Amino acid sequence: MAFRLRERKLNRSAGGDLFIFSILAVSAAFMALPLVYAVCNAFKPLNELFLFPPQFFVRNPTLDNFKDLFVLMGQSWVPFSRYISNTLLITGLGTAGHVIIASMGAYSISKHIFPGSKLFSEIVLLSLMFAYQVTAVPNYIIMSKLGWINTHFSMIVPAWGASLGFFLMSKFMVQVPDELLEAARIDGAGEFRTWWSVVMPMVRPAWLTLIILSFQALWGDSGGRFIYKEALKTLPYALQQISSAGLARAGVGAAAGLIMIIIPIAVFVYNQSNIIETMTTSGID
Amino acid sequence: MTQALGRHAELSPIPKRGRLAALWRQIKINKANYLLLAPFATVFFVFTVLPVIMSIFLSFTHYNMLQPPVWVGWANYIRLFLADDVFLIALKNTFVFASITGPVSYFACLIFAWMINELKPKLRAFLTLLFYAPSISGNLFLIWTIIFSGDSYGLANGFLMRFGITTEPIQWLQDPRYMMGVIILIVLWLSLGTSFLVFIAGLQGIDKSLFEAGAIDGVKNRWQELWFITLPSMRPQLMFGAVISITQSFSVAGVTIALAGFPSTDYAARTVVTHLIDYGSVRFEMGYASAIATVLFFAMVLAQRVVQYLLRKMG
Repeated sequence: MAFRLRERKLNRSAGGDLFIFSILAVSAAFMALPLVYAVCNAFKPLNELFLFPPQFFVRNPTLDNFKDLFVLMGQSWVPFSRYISNTLLITGLGTAGHVIIASMGAYSISKHIFPGSKLFSEIVLLSLMFAYQVTAVPNYIIMSKLGWINTHFSMIVPAWGASLGFFLMSKFMVQVPDELLEAARIDGAGEFRTWWSVVMPMVRPAWLTLIILSFQALWGDSGGRFIYKEALKTLPYALQQISSAGLARAGVGAAAGLIMIIIPIAVFVYNQSNIIETMTTSGID
Repeated sequence: MTQALGRHAELSPIPKRGRLAALWRQIKINKANYLLLAPFATVFFVFTVLPVIMSIFLSFTHYNMLQPPVWVGWANYIRLFLADDVFLIALKNTFVFASITGPVSYFACLIFAWMINELKPKLRAFLTLLFYAPSISGNLFLIWTIIFSGDSYGLANGFLMRFGITTEPIQWLQDPRYMMGVIILIVLWLSLGTSFLVFIAGLQGIDKSLFEAGAIDGVKNRWQELWFITLPSMRPQLMFGAVISITQSFSVAGVTIALAGFPSTDYAARTVVTHLIDYGSVRFEMGYASAIATVLFFAMVLAQRVVQYLLRKMG
């Protein structure tokens, strides 16, 4: 413990600490204020939302906006739990599949040279730079050829092939020392085994981060492009419908926004704390 | 083709059939690698590469999504640069925008990730959440429309008017003089996202013994440590962040549409991607929209190559 304390102080001056701390404090205020304002708005009664001069904080906090939201949810034509379970299914399967197949592929590309490997990683990089708005029409044609319109496949499977996750994992896997892979090979591990039990534990911060990113993207996807059946639609879509009815729903909209981000934030906090844990326990080696 | 194979071919000039046989041998040796790559490659080709190729093909056609595409050659590109004044405004705005938000957000991600990493675990976890929250918050950024609302109910105007700095509300999001500045501010607020998290993860992966070794070798303070040890150790992540910054700053659209309206006053907040959305989803000129996307693509590739060159040179 004493050693640990000394280690933390290595090359750290009090002046530098103060400098960093003050910069962080100012920027944290800039980042936080709009969020605090948004949270306050969710608890404001309607008359406080349109007050002059505008108030930053809420004076008479009320849960009316949330109550209204739940009433509106209860009135929906398709039971609201359907939207929630649709989103959970899409987010869960999409994220899990993406993390697994992207890191499998990234391992083979980043740690081996074989015919086509350089070209493939170059194509992944380039694919990140094409505006997705124009590929919507070709994508629709592909989906309808596959017969996946009005199925959840149309949202889950493309998420598996997202270039971002592959790119991210390959950048982290490049750093895994070759000696370690050599050792695994000598111990008789095949490529699949090496990927799963040697490389994946080494890049834990990377896939924990990828889970956050993929989860967040799928969770917020309203899926308006390929799904038209009401019973198959997602939670963001349903909440958009509820809160997009003008001024009277401004408070409900704020409440819906707040509820939507609770789950991604929970996933974020859980994964981030695991990333930090990795660091504190791997100090022994 | 691989380096190893290339070298082999150089050493002994073998006939074409021999080269093919060697290639086939290489492929057979690497069977496990192809198998590991196959699931991702399949999905990636069907849902990402194929649509991009189809779009590039469409950019040489006239396609209104009802009738089959008609081949028009370079006509879309010629019209884009010679007959579309708004596109040139959009191009200019995008370059101005990208050259400010790209580098600023890149360095902000890096510096904040590094500074936060200096803190104790509890405080670090809290600040990571706080800095990342805006980019996870979905549509919560619309709160800025209330803050910068053009009437006196807006928070910014209310504040300025209460302290007598202005007497009339400022049209933040309608006046071309303020529009771009406000949007840049909001985009920067939203920008501590993917790269920020990747930098944090990258910082965790650095071998701690390097810092001790560095101290022995004469690294005197944290700034030297950052420059000589931390940054070189996370070069792959830095490259990743650069690509993300480029793609994000060149393709900004959602925020400008939500805040400045669509179309914005005098096209002051028109970007290449909002131009593309206009032609793709409003006017149904898919061929023309695809040409815009292709031009944007080459602009991004060019920017990426320049940044990659600069990053290599620095290291």
